[in-house]
Amino acid sequence: MSAPVVSVRGLRLALPPGADRPLAVDGVSFDLTAGEILCLVGESGSGKSMCAHALMGLLPRAVKPSGGEIRMEGTDLLAQDEAGWRDTRGRRIAMIFQEPMTALNPLMRIGDQMAEMFEAHGLLTPAERRARAVALAGEVGLPEPERIVRAYPHQLSGGQRQRAMIAMALALEPAVLVADEPTTALDVTTQAQILALVRDLQRRRNMAVLFITHDFGVVAEIADRVLVLRHGRVVEAGPAAAVLGRPQESYTRTLLAAVPSMDPPVRTPPAGPKAVEVAGLTKTYVTGGGWWRPARRVEAARGVAFALHKGETLGLVGESGSGKSSIAKLVMRLVEPDAGTVRLGDTDLTRLSGEPLRRARRRIQMVFQDPFASLNPRRTVGRIIADGPRAHGVPEAEARERARRLLGLVGLDPSAFDRYPHEFSGGQRQRVGIARALALEPEILVADEAVSALDVSVQAQVLALLEDLKARLGLSMLFITHDLRVAAQICDRIAVMRRGEIVELKTASALFAHPEHPYTRALLDAVPGRTRSAA
Amino acid sequence: MALFLARRLGKGILVLLAIVVLNFFLIRLAPGDPALVMAGEAGAGDELYVAQLREKFGLDQPLPLQLGLYLRSILSLDLGYSVRQQMPVGRLILDRLPATLLLTGTAFLISLTLGVALGALAARRAGRLADTAITALALLFYATPLFWVSLMAIIVFSVRLDWLPAFGFETVGGGYTGLARAADIARHLVLPSLTLGLFFMAVYVRMTRASMLEVAGLDFVKTARAKGLREGTVQRRHVLRNALLPVVTLAGLQAGTLVGGAILTETVFAWPGIGRLMYEALLQRDYNLLLGVFVVSSAMVLLFNLVTDVIYRVVDPRIEAAS
Repeated sequence: MSAPVVSVRGLRLALPPGADRPLAVDGVSFDLTAGEILCLVGESGSGKSMCAHALMGLLPRAVKPSGGEIRMEGTDLLAQDEAGWRDTRGRRIAMIFQEPMTALNPLMRIGDQMAEMFEAHGLLTPAERRARAVALAGEVGLPEPERIVRAYPHQLSGGQRQRAMIAMALALEPAVLVADEPTTALDVTTQAQILALVRDLQRRRNMAVLFITHDFGVVAEIADRVLVLRHGRVVEAGPAAAVLGRPQESYTRTLLAAVPSMDPPVRTPPAGPKAVEVAGLTKTYVTGGGWWRPARRVEAARGVAFALHKGETLGLVGESGSGKSSIAKLVMRLVEPDAGTVRLGDTDLTRLSGEPLRRARRRIQMVFQDPFASLNPRRTVGRIIADGPRAHGVPEAEARERARRLLGLVGLDPSAFDRYPHEFSGGQRQRVGIARALALEPEILVADEAVSALDVSVQAQVLALLEDLKARLGLSMLFITHDLRVAAQICDRIAVMRRGEIVELKTASALFAHPEHPYTRALLDAVPGRTRSAA
Repeated sequence: MALFLARRLGKGILVLLAIVVLNFFLIRLAPGDPALVMAGEAGAGDELYVAQLREKFGLDQPLPLQLGLYLRSILSLDLGYSVRQQMPVGRLILDRLPATLLLTGTAFLISLTLGVALGALAARRAGRLADTAITALALLFYATPLFWVSLMAIIVFSVRLDWLPAFGFETVGGGYTGLARAADIARHLVLPSLTLGLFFMAVYVRMTRASMLEVAGLDFVKTARAKGLREGTVQRRHVLRNALLPVVTLAGLQAGTLVGGAILTETVFAWPGIGRLMYEALLQRDYNLLLGVFVVSSAMVLLFNLVTDVIYRVVDPRIEAAS
């Protein structure tokens, strides 16, 4: 093994007083070697992102290095002044970020933002910078490089933006690339392409890569070596095959066990009566349009039909923009369909209005994706849960009693009743969200990406809770997710959506074992870490 | 873009006509009419004399007919004739327009440049002494009534210190020409334009500061730093440019008041502009003149709205995609 390009020794990063722990990162050491990808894995709050930002000298103002060193080419990066950092950033160590949608300046052309890299370090003439930008765009596989450098970020897709970010980071041929969750915000197929690109470029340029992720699938796909972090400390480190294959520490094993497997467990398909029956559901969104202007049309649902049996979990999977969330809203009748019917048992939900509709809403409830945004921050948890029953005429005392009982049911302490949402972690909030949905004693639960924002271990707990509640309360569930692993674990049947249409609908085991539609196959192939976990 | 402009101009003309009709009726809601005021000034309370005057000005015609006649002349770009001033309304307004535009334009430039500069400075020094001082000052200007500031400015800078003239457009009987005249006008311009600009300057300071602090936390600013750019470049090119978008909206609003928004200042400083013309026309029930001023200032508001939208399209490439 060649000498490391960067070696981090005993890095300690101090959090401001009053934080939940004194050190964000406590004594972390690792080496970055040319031609190698080191994955920094951990759950939220593990300090992995802090390590990445420390390498760039881009820590939040409140976080201060309080010990250790980051050695690169014989000097300690932590000891250098602002001018030294400016020289390091971009030229010696470059970084790509999680959100390609927001990481580019919306008012500047892509090419100009790439050229800025050279400008920042006083390299090349403006004409040469433009030429290099075009060449870089070609190298990262952006279509029509000549044209795309003149485009603005909003004209590019998420994957293209991330490619542009990578092109920018590679501009000055840095020895080290720091990638902070670069594929987390992308669809599986795009994620697979970006991972392949990072892999390819890293090999061709013999770069050292520090790759931050919380996703073990991605780790399996890309890592040469792995470092597992927890509460700012290193739990386990070693070659990828060893850490993933024969984890030594129990925490690593727990994390790995929490990753949902791609093999669906055997389930008996429920043959009960139909709880929900959807037929010919069609919705087209028309935006823009004016006096003389043509409108933009997006077909969110095109003749969608499916049935959800009593006690069944039906998965709705697809990439962003496939219309799966629109289906959820249509089934809940939060938006009006252009055509088609949604039947709850024997009532046609699409025909109801006024008071009968309000009463029917009780029967179908939703758990939302974002546990941070979906709870009113100014109401106590108890009120949030009791509001629904109260609105449906349940007496105050009984509503409160029901809220307390539900808190116990979703595994929260009764003391949560009088506390506010911000006092809880993401997983706990999602439990509150589930309790809120259950408060109306619905027959059907619609879960829209309900576990997507959670860490794997928490995700596993919430999935288990949903499964348990479903069985105990005899619920039917429409489970919307972009994560095929999660779908494999919780769904009886799965519907694959693309551009507002269901392209394939069958039992989970059949779908994973014998995918028929080419799109389903493409989706399954793109799931990171599939080959290694199967091997 | 051409289509966009054509469409907006078409809409603008329709809106303008609606405004004219509305104003036409609004003015006539005020008690009294030009004939009564003239008769009163002449000391004649004679019914017959008033009736004669009304007939002469066409005020005895039914209202819809008067409106029709007025609209017809407006459409042929004729703003009518002011009987009181014995001059065409168009000429009267054109005579006064340069003085008003000079005053409001200067105030606009002062408030925009100073406001954005101070706001940017405050944002970069957020939480420190400079920020506190700028924010406090802006709040003071924001909260103080314009006329009070004007009067205080006159007392301090004209009466006590005798640095600047207290009123007027130029020194009467000064006989200056060329550059000397320009300098004289500039000296007269200082106090009114500053007092007029202070309020909007305060608004720009607060807006720029808040907007910059918001943008500074966005991801692309971190990207810019990760390139190794100098802090000044990061602030100017990435933070300020994005932070200025809401300021453009506000500047468009202020630009709309360029013609009709200086009545108070012009009155206090005896500035011979549109504002005072309007004030006098109002007292004299000079319908044609009053309507003329309304038409011109409404047209200006519409025009600057359009200009703002065009500027927005130029500075923010995302707008085109959204429409």
